[in-house]
Amino acid sequence: GIPIRTTLDNSTTVQYAGLLHQLTMKARSTVRDIDPQNDLTFLRIRSKKHEIMVAPDKDYLLIVIQNPCE
Amino acid sequence: MPAKAGERHRQGQSGPSGGKAVPPRPAKAVSKKRDEDVSTEAGEGVDEWVAAKTLVKPPDQLELTEAELKEEFTRILTANNPHAPQNIIRYSFKERAYKPISYVDQMAIHFSLNGNMILKDSDEGRRQSIKLSTAAKKAPVETSAITSEEAEIKGEESTEDTQPAGEEEAERSGTAEVADAAEAEEPPPPSVKEQKLANQFNFIERASRTLNNPMRERACQSEPTPCKNFSATANQWKIYDAYVEELQKMERSKEKEKPKAQIAKREEEEKKKGRKLTSLESQSDDINKISKAAKIMERMVNQNTFDDIAQDFKYFEDASDEYRDQQGTLLPLWKFQYDKTKRLAVTAISWNPKYKDLFAVGYGSYDFMKQGQGMLLLYTMKNPSFPEYVFSSESGIMCLDFHNDHPYLVAVGFYDGNVAIYNLKKATSQPSYKSSAKSGKHTEPVWQVKWQKDDMDNNLNFFSVSSDGRIVSWTLVKNELVHTDVIKLSVEGTTMQGPEGLQLQTLGCGTSFDFHKKIDYLFLVGTEEGKIYKAHVFDLSINKYEALCTQLVVAKKKNKITHIQFNPVYPVVIIGDERGHVTSLKLSPNLRRMPKEKKGQEVKRGPEVEIAKLEKLLNLVREPESKAEK
Repeated sequence: GIPIRTTLDNSTTVQYAGLLHQLTMKARSTVRDIDPQNDLTFLRIRSKKHEIMVAPDKDYLLIVIQNPCE
Repeated sequence: MPAKAGERHRQGQSGPSGGKAVPPRPAKAVSKKRDEDVSTEAGEGVDEWVAAKTLVKPPDQLELTEAELKEEFTRILTANNPHAPQNIIRYSFKERAYKPISYVDQMAIHFSLNGNMILKDSDEGRRQSIKLSTAAKKAPVETSAITSEEAEIKGEESTEDTQPAGEEEAERSGTAEVADAAEAEEPPPPSVKEQKLANQFNFIERASRTLNNPMRERACQSEPTPCKNFSATANQWKIYDAYVEELQKMERSKEKEKPKAQIAKREEEEKKKGRKLTSLESQSDDINKISKAAKIMERMVNQNTFDDIAQDFKYFEDASDEYRDQQGTLLPLWKFQYDKTKRLAVTAISWNPKYKDLFAVGYGSYDFMKQGQGMLLLYTMKNPSFPEYVFSSESGIMCLDFHNDHPYLVAVGFYDGNVAIYNLKKATSQPSYKSSAKSGKHTEPVWQVKWQKDDMDNNLNFFSVSSDGRIVSWTLVKNELVHTDVIKLSVEGTTMQGPEGLQLQTLGCGTSFDFHKKIDYLFLVGTEEGKIYKAHVFDLSINKYEALCTQLVVAKKKNKITHIQFNPVYPVVIIGDERGHVTSLKLSPNLRRMPKEKKGQEVKRGPEVEIAKLEKLLNLVREPESKAEK
């Protein structure tokens, strides 16, 4: 997708946007395939260094990258 | 010399044969020639041998000596052609030089005659023999005609030269001729038609060709239809989405048909929706667009930040409770605070009946001297950093209550005696409905408000009790608060005489009240004087501590706890203090076994059991009550 607002540098933003968009689509497809009345509200990916949180909406995606407290 | 002899001999023979006319001619010529050559010959034919002996010299003969005459000249007869050249030089283009040809052709052709004889067995010969056989009848006629002509000519000639020979011949030919003519005259001449001689040289080809019309091509091509590639995956949920859309379309079309009924229905539906379904549409700002997602994100971030607390909330069970009878611990969980409420004290807390994690906190001040603004904040346990809803008011809030059926309606009572209803679904920070001096507000702070069931006209109504001794029922009629004084509390035995003879009743100050669960119109009021009207159930005053747990929760801050509320679902209790902080604590298992003693909360157990327990408590509490209020 096209990033609208970002606090990171452009290239990273574009990379995150593209990759996470695909992942969100896949996740949403999975959830809805199991039950069409269900829908994806939130996606959280925890890695060693950060935690990536994705909140999908009808037209857009909100992506937050957080450093975990632990 | 021998030639002469030969000719003479011939002549003599021709006489008896009498044949041909030819010999007479050469005979003539010979005789002439003889005459020239031998001029001195005396006799004819007899003098041959005699003439040979005597040499006759012509006058121009070469004169030679006898020796020269005896000389023998050798003559060789060769096959060489005397006329052929002896050396022929030809230019060779290959070698670009003149080259002599070694062999010279010595053949001399004396006489050549092209013959017209065909081999009998060859093709042509056979053909002609066949032709001759088929035309045999004609042939003798023709040939006889020809021969007759020839004979006539011969006859003429013969008569000229030698009559006797010719006549005989003519007679013979004439007889033949007559015979033939007779034959010829009888049959009519056969058909003149002849078979065409078809041979290779006379081959004629006949062909004809039709006229071909010139070909013309005419074509027309239409514009190619615009093609567009489309690819998608048909998932189950996509199909479901399509169905849902279709359904919505149908519903919309139905609505257009019946506008009135549908509108009324929709309003009801909207009322029944919870506050979390508020949709923020027509937002032009980018930030506002993502508000929904941002909200979720904020909660998630908070969950991360307060991760350990969240884990404790869910899963932590204090194992040490086993060793302590009847006493439990309180585990501190989240702390809720807001900048603007730092100076204010928590005056009211209430859990939302529908959303178990939502609670409302009313801020105000208990201090008579310091009266400032009030705030109403609604927090959710999912987001401890920031309140979900913020409402500000001019005077401090003293009490609040959620409506059971409409969890988005909050009734509040103010310090200045007003009451108001806040609608959480609306985005404004002002109350939807507010009482005023005109509409019969209290003259003293309102200490308690409580919702009632909708009256017969389906209007919302609630009660409020205040220090001015009035219990007022407020009804929401046509967007206005209409008040009706229900009871005026009067202190027994304190009727005083007013200055103008009016009986003034000193009104008791009601501080709290509660309604009977089953009987709607039965309620209890507790007053400052410590009296309870109408029943013997003691109402826990708002300024009392919970006696169940001795753990000092906020002792560190040296605050006074002002309010406490149990959560009906989760083993969590929230405590408000004077500083404006709200702390949530988790009850350890021991504490959970205690019955909840808050007004208006639903308890799973039957009311009879509860009554029994309350009786017990009553006995405990009655004594301190009689001492004094704190």
